Amino acid sequence: MENSAKPNQQPEEKMSEPASPVIQIDHLTKYYGTREIVSDLSLSVPKGTIYGFLGRNGMGKTTTIRIFLGLEDPTRGSTKVFGLDSRSLPPEARARIGYLPEGHHVYGWMTVKECGQFQASYFPAWNQDIFETVLTHFRLTSKMKAGHLSRGQRAGLCLALTLAPEPELLVLDDPALGLDPVARRSLLQSMLYVTRKADRTIFFSSHLLSDVERVADRIAVLDGKVLRADCSVETFRRQIRQFILKFRDAPPPTPEIPGLLESFRSDREMALTVANITPEIESRLEALQPASIEPVDLTLEDAFISYVGERGEKTFFMNGKETK
Amino acid sequence: MSLVFSLSPASDVPIYRQIIQHIRRSVIQGQLELGEQLPAVRVLAESLVVNPNTVARAYQELIRDGLLESRSGVGVFVAEESRQIFSDAERKRRLEHAVEQLLHEALLLDIPLPDVCSSLEEQWKILQSQINSRRKK
Repeated sequence: MENSAKPNQQPEEKMSEPASPVIQIDHLTKYYGTREIVSDLSLSVPKGTIYGFLGRNGMGKTTTIRIFLGLEDPTRGSTKVFGLDSRSLPPEARARIGYLPEGHHVYGWMTVKECGQFQASYFPAWNQDIFETVLTHFRLTSKMKAGHLSRGQRAGLCLALTLAPEPELLVLDDPALGLDPVARRSLLQSMLYVTRKADRTIFFSSHLLSDVERVADRIAVLDGKVLRADCSVETFRRQIRQFILKFRDAPPPTPEIPGLLESFRSDREMALTVANITPEIESRLEALQPASIEPVDLTLEDAFISYVGERGEKTFFMNGKETK
Repeated sequence: MSLVFSLSPASDVPIYRQIIQHIRRSVIQGQLELGEQLPAVRVLAESLVVNPNTVARAYQELIRDGLLESRSGVGVFVAEESRQIFSDAERKRRLEHAVEQLLHEALLLDIPLPDVCSSLEEQWKILQSQINSRRKK
């Protein structure tokens, strides 16, 4: 998102400052045995951003997260958090990171309150107010047994446990998995609440693109082990467009244009979804001499599905060069 | 402050555009008075559950268009007098664009031009009377 001047001058607001990267990933490659999971991934997450990490299942999102948190070693390349090598993060640096792993594991024999006390004992900066506020959001009470909670409630408990130490960097691995719409909304509200403080950074993976669109500043898209986009949500949407070309007769063969993601043909029509549209591409569409060309805006979800779909060519990258 | 509305993220209209459209409509229909203060970026963002930068961007675009004005250190307000900040050519372009959309819709619905015109006049009168009654207050 463009970081230009804010109309409202309130002291607690996020201002446009040149932010230093909180997460820095350089040429990361990871193999499990002979299978390549992540291939030459470079990514940098500036301080104060809400960063959405997108990609289909099995594209290496969780592995990437585990590596930059220092839970697994890279095969090649390096990752840093707060400017420190992930492989040797000191406890003080770890205490500044909140990590909500996939699946929301809890100790089932503890009550909600005991879970809080257990977690608090590891974090000197534990904020009980935040813990209780998040519990309330998810309608949890302290006497409930963690093992008896529903999936959504368990997610709420885990989120409360992750947020209460007030981490500077919050890493959420598919936090919305299995949540109902109300719980998802609570999750998003909690995320925005956390970033009231300007120096808080959130890195989260998700498959729910309407949620991503609501809260994310920027997105990264992993596809087939490779990073294929790193830009604002707005740029992503603007750069991927569909054109409906209407013809008086049967449409000509599908043109070979760079960035073609998807094409559909019918009796008199051709629909082309194209990434990185340039004036040159538009003139090539006109050269097909259709009766009309109509550009169509796509939702983030449609744009994403086209982008990582099976059909399109995969040779290009969408970066954050904002064209305003 | 009557800026309560819901967004549809599944829509093909980007969220910041939806915010812009809503504020425009609120000003035209008088839910937002001339000179009225808008909620702070952070407040509106949290009530809509969207990224504050998205709200900031919508405000900026409306300030640029002259519908809102920013008073530094105080906040964002509905502009007292709508300033004409576009060139004549740009105004013409924008009007033509809007008319084109209208006519496409009319063609699609098979509505003849005289009916379109009379509907335009009718709506114009309603809006004018809304604006006038607000001025008198």
